[in-house]
Formats: sequence, C-alpha cells, structure tokens
Amino acid sequence: MINFLILPILIPLVTGVLLIFASKRIMLQRWIAGISSVIAIIFSALLVQKVRVSGIQTLDVSSWEAPFGITLVSDMMSALLVLTTSIIAFLCLIYSFWSIGEAREKFYYYAAFNFLIVGVNGAFTTGDIFNLFVFFEVMLMASYVLLVLGGKKAQLRESIKYILVNVISSALFVIAVAYLYSVVGTLNMAHISVRISEASQGNPPGIITVIAVLFLIVFGLKGAIFPLYFWMPGSYYAPPAPVLALFGALLTKVGVYSITRTYTLFFYHDIGFTHQLLSFLAIMSIIAGVIGAIAYWDIKKIIIYNIIIAVGVILFGVSAMTTDSLTGSIFYLIHDMIIKASLFLLAGIVIAITGTSNLHKISGLIKRYPGLGWTFFIAALALAGIPPLSGFVGKLLIVKGGFEAEHYWGAGIVLLSSLLVLFSIMKIFINGFWGTPRAYNEEDKVPVGKMLIAPVILVIIAVFYGAGSEFVYPYILQAAETLANPEIYIEAVLKEY
Amino acid sequence: MEILMAFVIGILFMSATYLMLSKSLLRIIVGTGLLSHGAHMLILTMGGLKTGAAPLLGEKAPYTDPIPQALILTAIVISFGVTAFFLVLAYRAYQELGTDNMDRMRGTEGND
Repeated sequence: MINFLILPILIPLVTGVLLIFASKRIMLQRWIAGISSVIAIIFSALLVQKVRVSGIQTLDVSSWEAPFGITLVSDMMSALLVLTTSIIAFLCLIYSFWSIGEAREKFYYYAAFNFLIVGVNGAFTTGDIFNLFVFFEVMLMASYVLLVLGGKKAQLRESIKYILVNVISSALFVIAVAYLYSVVGTLNMAHISVRISEASQGNPPGIITVIAVLFLIVFGLKGAIFPLYFWMPGSYYAPPAPVLALFGALLTKVGVYSITRTYTLFFYHDIGFTHQLLSFLAIMSIIAGVIGAIAYWDIKKIIIYNIIIAVGVILFGVSAMTTDSLTGSIFYLIHDMIIKASLFLLAGIVIAITGTSNLHKISGLIKRYPGLGWTFFIAALALAGIPPLSGFVGKLLIVKGGFEAEHYWGAGIVLLSSLLVLFSIMKIFINGFWGTPRAYNEEDKVPVGKMLIAPVILVIIAVFYGAGSEFVYPYILQAAETLANPEIYIEAVLKEY
Repeated sequence: MEILMAFVIGILFMSATYLMLSKSLLRIIVGTGLLSHGAHMLILTMGGLKTGAAPLLGEKAPYTDPIPQALILTAIVISFGVTAFFLVLAYRAYQELGTDNMDRMRGTEGND
C-alpha cells in the first residue's frame, strides 16, 4: 500500500475534524481521541518496520512526478520521530483526561491537540520545503490555541510574545524560501540538494552560505538555540502540564529536525563556515541552558532550561558530521523527546499536589507519594545519562564523534554539562522530595494514581530504550546513514538520478 | 524592475522592524502586517519579474512563473489567519490586562 506513510498525518487530521462536531460531549471526545491515537501508534510502528525492511518510502502526492509535485518522504529518521511523536501524543492525551479540566475540554482542546500532531508529523514527513513551512504553520497555530486556551492573565501575556516571535520567524522562513527558489528554482528538497551540488562544482557560491545561515536563524528561532532562545522560558511557563509536555517534547524538536535535515541534505558542500557556526552556537546553547538550569529555584524553569541544553547537545552532534555523532544525535533526540515529556508530566503532578512550582515551598513529598518520587528519580538519572538508562548511549556517541572530528573543547563541554544537568535536576529531587513533609491544601482532590500512568509508561520506555539500545541501534544507524550520505535520499526521491 | 522592488521591499522591512520594536501592541500588529507584505512581494520578485501573459492556458505564451503566485496565495491566507487570531488576542488581552503597553506585560511568576 503506497499511501502508508500518509496515515500518521491523516489519522489525527480526520480525528481533529470529527472532534469539532463533538465539542460538548466530553466522554465521546475522549474515546475518539484515545482510540485514534492508538491506531496512529500502530501504523507508525508498522511504518518504521516497513522502512527498515524495504528502505526509504516515498509518496508522490496525486502521482505528479518527483520534482514537480509534493513528495512525502519517510526515511528512518522521520519514521522514528513520527513513532515517538505518536507515543508521546497518546500518553499526553490520557494524562489530559484527568488533569486538563472540563472547561478546556469543551472548547476544542482535543481538536487543537490533534491538529498539533498533524503539524508535527507532517513536518517530519514532508519532502518539500514550502510544504514544510505549511506544516510548521499548522503546528504553530494549534500551539497558539493550546497556549492561550483557558485565558488566564499569564497565558494571554505570554501568548502575545510567543505569537509575535513566531510570526517574525515564519516571515523569515518565507524570505529564506524565496531566496532559495531564486537561486535553485525548485522546492523539492532532494532536487534542491542536486541543484546546489551542481552550482557548487569547485567553487561554492557565497549566496548558498548566506541562505544556510538564514535557515539556521529561522529554525533556530523555532528550536531555541543560543541567541534565539529568549522567548522560550516565558512562553513555556504559561500553559498547563500536558500542553507543556507536548511543547517541550515536540515543538523545539521539529526545529532541531529541520536544522539537521537542511544541514545534512542541502548545505554540506562548504561545511567550513556553516558547520563551524552551528557547533559554536550549539556549545553556547549548552552553556546558556546550564546557567539557567542552575540559577532557578522553580521546577518548570529548570526543566525548560534543560530543553535548551539538550538542543545544544543534539546540534553539536549534527555539526560534527561524522556517522558516529549523527547516530548519537538521533539517539539523543528520541531519548530527549521521551524524557522531557515525562519530566514535564511529573512536574505537573507535583504542581497539582502542592499548588506551586517554587522549590522553596515544597518538601518531603516522597513520604506520601513514593511512586511519584522514585519515578522522578529514575527520570532524572535518565536525563543526566547514567549508563543503564536512555541518555547514555546518545551522549557517548556524540562525544565520540566530537573527538573524531577534533572538537575537543565542544566534547568536553558536553561531558561537563551532564554533571550540571544532574545537579540541576537533583536539586528538584533533594529539595522537593526529601526533608520534612508539609501540609498542602489540595492533596485530596488530585487523582495522583491515574495521573502517574502516563509518566510511568514514558519512564519505562526510557529505561528499555537505554537497556535495549542493542535492539534499537540498527534502526538508528540506518537513519544516520541516510543523513551522512544524502545520495541515498536523493536517489529514493528522484528515481532517475 | 527587480532593483526597484528590492528597495520597496527593503523599506517595508525597515518600517516593519521599526513598528515591531515599539511599545504599543497595535503598532506591533501593524508591523507584522507590513512584514508579511514585504515577504510576499519578495517571493514575487525573487521568482522573476519577466513580462509575460497571466498563467492561464487560454493566453498566448510566454507565461509568467505560476509557482511564486501559488506560494504567495498560500502564505497570504496563512498570515491572514494568524493576524486575525493575533488581533482577537490583543483585544482580549486589552480587556483582561487593561493595557496595550508591552512594557507593562513583563515578568513571569516564580522568578527569584
């Protein structure tokens, strides 16, 4: 069935449309959304297996041949990211059942939720640069709605800033596409890559480098890299926990994916300048993130700054451009999506119990909530990359690739950052869970047991992802090979080249 | 012709940047409008401004490039949707927060 790879986009789209008609019937909405996201997980898993067995899957939409129509391309990296997205979406969804509240559910929460997944899955799967822009906008518009839904003062204030930043970065994206179109005269990603190779014979034109940097600015704004992360700590502070978990796990990672895709598929000819710049910005993001993560005494802020660190670590691996470092980056990218989602969901439970995210006002939670405490502990160790858990292999490969590419400073900073990440997250554990228990107002109303289901499953996945890396490794190696050799991608899309 | 358009678009970007750096929320939204005008005209310009017939098969060849026009049409409706949402958000924020001054929309809870 050649339409197979469109299903992870189509299923949430149809679900989102159906949910609009059922907006006042909450139980019906929950059932529809839940069942459809289980189906989406099954089809994404089948897609991964199909890519594993028979190579890159491409679909020329409406059967227009490759450079002329829109082509959807599912290589191993896209397929794995789509699977991870589907799993995280399902778990955030069942967490929403017990935490988001009736008022939001009646006002199209689940519809917006599904449209966000459409945008993310579409951005991972598309093979056309302007279609990528459209899927970005689908994702961003759904995220505006999810961010402001509820209409609290903080949400309104932060939505304004978030929308403004994203409107500017979308305009820059359009500008970058216009420049690229005037140079290469095509929009299909594989064809762009071919045209850039042809233009760069011998002497790569400077304009390509300028466009590469412009794309870095655009996707860096979406993905929160060093000088462009300023909007994130405020905006991500406002929404409720399941929305925050979706944002933290998915939105910035789409920016990271796009940087990875463009820098390995388009702009790999003159890597002296662009990849040097990328590696510098990645290291600066790690440093800026670490400073923020250590400085704050607020659970959400600490985890938000940890997103910036992870983005830096992943992009450092991409900038080194060896097979090892690219494998490490993909490993770490998937690990980070899973673990950030679980940490935000756990933080959401802590805030639901205590009514605050200020660490000075929380202590001794482990006495009454041992399950919550130990889940958080394992998630924290996985985040820092302690060997049997999921963060280890990715960071190991990134550091190894960094040494191979002779980025000794960068690799050293990646290693040092793990220590400080561990410190920042253990600060939450030691101050929040140890010590003398306090009385909190809302203890009895919070269904902690049910809310724990989603983060516990995520942590279990993280543990198996780390312990079973032997099993996952061939998949990720296949993804990294496509990134390291763009010819594979180009041949799969443009059959005659 | 392209050079003239480049100057016009540059002035649009300049005004947009100036407006978006101001304090009043409405000026900022006007700035985003100008920015998207600039971006759309840039697509048209970078696609090439050769003289030719409108891209309708009934007309005589040569035609102008139809792709940038399709891209612009897509980008226009997207920015229209976002601008409408942004305007309503600004109205709602004005009702709830009682200000349109960006300086007074500062800060997050929990800084210490």
